[in-house]
Amino acid sequence: MDEQSTDVISGTLDMLILKTLSLAPMHGFGIARRVEQISRGVFKVNAGSLLVALQRLERAGLLDAEWRETENGRQGKFYSLTRAGRKQLAVETTEWDRKVGAINRLLRTES
Amino acid sequence: MIPLLRQIQRGVSALFSPARADAETDLEVRHFVQSRTRELERQGLPYEDALRQATTEVGSLTATREEVRASGWEHGVDTLLSDVRYALRRLRRDPVFTMVAALTLAVGIGAATAIFSAVNPILFRALPYPGAERIVTISDRAQSGAPAEPTYGTYEELASRSRSFETMSATDLWRPSLTGTDEAERLQGQRVSASYFHTLGVLPAVGRSFDDAEDAPGAARVAVLSDRLVKRRFGGADSIIGTSITLNGEPYTVIGIMAPGFTDILSPSTDIWAPLQAQPRAAPNAREWGHHYRIVGRLQRGLDVDVARRELATIASQPISEYPRVLWAGLENGLLVRGLQEDVTAGARPALIAVVAAAAMLLLIACVNVANLLLARSRRRRAEFSLRAALGAERKRLVRQLLTESVMLAIIGGALAFVVAQMGVGALVALSPPGLPNVDLVRVDGTAFGFGLIITTLVGITVGLMPALSASRADVRGGMQGVSRTVAGGRGAARGALVVCEVALALILLVGAGLLVRSLDRLLAVSPGVQTERVLTMQVVDAAGRNRTDQERLNFYEQALTAVRNVPGVMDAAFTSQLPLSGDLDAYGYTFAAFPERQPGEDGAAMRYSVSGDYFRVMGIPLLRGRLLDESDRADAPPSFLISESLAIQTFATADPIGQRVRFGPDSDGSRPWGTVVGVVGDVKQQSLASLNTAAFYVSSAQWRWVDPVQSLVVRTSGDAAAMTNAVRRAVWSVDRNKPIARVATMEQLVWRTGSDRRFASVIYGTFAIAALLLAAVGLYGVVSGLVAERTREFGIRSALGATRGEIVRGVLANGLLFTTIGVAIGVAGAFATTRLLDTLLYGISGADPSTYAGVIALLGSVAVLACWAPARRAAAVDPVVTLRSE
Repeated sequence: MDEQSTDVISGTLDMLILKTLSLAPMHGFGIARRVEQISRGVFKVNAGSLLVALQRLERAGLLDAEWRETENGRQGKFYSLTRAGRKQLAVETTEWDRKVGAINRLLRTES
Repeated sequence: MIPLLRQIQRGVSALFSPARADAETDLEVRHFVQSRTRELERQGLPYEDALRQATTEVGSLTATREEVRASGWEHGVDTLLSDVRYALRRLRRDPVFTMVAALTLAVGIGAATAIFSAVNPILFRALPYPGAERIVTISDRAQSGAPAEPTYGTYEELASRSRSFETMSATDLWRPSLTGTDEAERLQGQRVSASYFHTLGVLPAVGRSFDDAEDAPGAARVAVLSDRLVKRRFGGADSIIGTSITLNGEPYTVIGIMAPGFTDILSPSTDIWAPLQAQPRAAPNAREWGHHYRIVGRLQRGLDVDVARRELATIASQPISEYPRVLWAGLENGLLVRGLQEDVTAGARPALIAVVAAAAMLLLIACVNVANLLLARSRRRRAEFSLRAALGAERKRLVRQLLTESVMLAIIGGALAFVVAQMGVGALVALSPPGLPNVDLVRVDGTAFGFGLIITTLVGITVGLMPALSASRADVRGGMQGVSRTVAGGRGAARGALVVCEVALALILLVGAGLLVRSLDRLLAVSPGVQTERVLTMQVVDAAGRNRTDQERLNFYEQALTAVRNVPGVMDAAFTSQLPLSGDLDAYGYTFAAFPERQPGEDGAAMRYSVSGDYFRVMGIPLLRGRLLDESDRADAPPSFLISESLAIQTFATADPIGQRVRFGPDSDGSRPWGTVVGVVGDVKQQSLASLNTAAFYVSSAQWRWVDPVQSLVVRTSGDAAAMTNAVRRAVWSVDRNKPIARVATMEQLVWRTGSDRRFASVIYGTFAIAALLLAAVGLYGVVSGLVAERTREFGIRSALGATRGEIVRGVLANGLLFTTIGVAIGVAGAFATTRLLDTLLYGISGADPSTYAGVIALLGSVAVLACWAPARRAAAVDPVVTLRSE
């Protein structure tokens, strides 16, 4: 890894989890790995924060969780997106785009 | 909906099986580590290194577990529970503090709640009639301004001339005898105008009310019964409507039954109502012109009571020829218009208000004491809180902890207070003077209870939070060292002020209690004018119809006396038309031939006692001059009268009244021959021991204008009077089974009852005063102990420098007594200002009675010395070596 990896931008972890799970159901480690891979190592997900976020999202009904056997024959907790989760992802994505657009406009304004 | 359910379900399962929740987290974390290890192994690291690196990357298992655990809502519950556990542990570790604080709360809140609960419905809750605020009573006004019962003549005039009222009714007490059923009984009743139930706004629940025709003299006799009476005597069946019952030997048709729970506020024990059937435009010597009625009116809708008052005042001052008035009902002093509620509670109001004031003071003392206790405790705990702050406890957490403690204390105290309030309400109802409205509605009042609880808790919380707020990181050092380094300083000022308040309030209560108890003592020491030991009394009623002649009645009472005299254990017996201290009141104007220019009634009224000859011997009333009544005073002989000493002095001063000619009451119009005064007897208190009016005359029952259908039997017994009740009753009934017997009491009981309102107030004041004294003592002890504890080092140094134990003890005592002295000074001023509330309850003693004040101050002073003694001894026992070495 060339550049130093950082913690996920605060407040976006939920969205990243939802996005990751929108592709396929996954266990915790898989989610962390996927976020790191797709961000090309820019973001690193701390196990503790991830588990707290997963528990919160699951209780909020955005995720379903299920204990299943993993590819290497052990028990892992698999998370999948619920319908409410999918809706929430759309909402958060729109909101994020809006914010990022605004910030970009601000940064690119010629002074 | 679903997410909420999930939240609750997951939270609850984590709360109840935390191990399982943790295990799941552990599994996930372990899964993380395994996956990462495998990944690293695939990159070529040996297993050992891969595992180590993976473990480092994922982080501490415990930390993760904590993090996950703290994220759910159930964590808040968990913290609260642990706060509660901790608070309880703290409270248990300091049992004296906890007990004293909880008991203080219990006594303060409980007593205040009980009092407010009892007084609120009696004084302030609306009466259970629709538009009750429009119901007023109208009375004559005596020269003194006091209310006097009006006459029917006045009612007649007002009802016709006044325009302020929707309806106006007159009532008259009525005690008919119910016969013809298995047991004769004297009922409590009222004769009322036909409009009466309309005035109250409550009609019979079954059947109908009276109509105007039924109210005319000589009309058919009808009655309305209470539900209580129907249930008690007639099996509770509505079919009683239309049937006939026998009252005073006459048939009455039952036309209505009032709803269950209906109470006639004007006379709460009333069970039967019948039309008044008064004679319109009655002659001056008729019953209708007697002062024994009540007038109650319902104001026109929207009319202010002051308008009615002005209208009635105008009517009173402008007589018209159409309604001629009699001399004793001339309305020269106007009329008194009062709200119904005000009227029925007028007698008890001073006592109740005094009691409310006492309760408020006790609540105040309790607040002060709780503040005091918590303040002292918070000082002791400064070190603890500084330490916890230093170890990293957030201030928020400390505040929360203290709040939990205060609330726990409030809950414990509140629970005890509720018990106290329950018992208190029961005791109050049992003690309350008779005749109050709504007494059966008295319950523990939730609002009052909540109010007391909230006030004391708020005080507790505010004061209790101080150590947490001051335990900021900056003064950790000072806080922790303060405990041992404090030397005397100004720190005690706040606590001192609290103790001063307590002492002052306690003094006010003690003075009130002292004055009331001494009043009661003096009152009960007043001689009623009769001998009260071993005298049994009861009313015997002979009301068998209008055809019964006076002679038949006389014969019955004569035979009853003979039968009673024959009962073993009876020494003597007599009858009287009115019994002292029983609540009877029967008085008449009079004219002495020596002063023909004075109108009857001008000199006030004298109480009439129609008696059988032995009355004076049975009651122990002394003969002062002349002779007693005897066999010669028969119906056909010229009437002889005995007069009371005060009537003799008031009329003739030192001259001899024997042989004076006199007319009393209905005879004073001159239509009958003069009677003669044949003797003078001692004064007797009729209304209460406190009453000043003892003008009275006695006449033989045979010689009075009528033979009273209700007479009181008085029996002197050789042993315990109350034990003779059944034997005497059987003896009367052996003559005629159909004669009701009521109001059985010994003379001693009647004397005891006459002090009931004063006793009510003094029991409560006494109880409160003792509680206040104890609380003040506890407060004083607490403060002085605190000061001593803080000054341990100083005492050590002083005794090292040669101070004797005596000097140190004196120093501490002086300190405590200074608070007491200031408190006493303030309290004396407060007591002077507030005992005016008690004025009407005091008897034979001034509100500024110096010996009461002196006694109370001495008591308070000795208690204060006792409270300071233990801490003073502790101060003197300080060992200088130990103290100084511990620094």
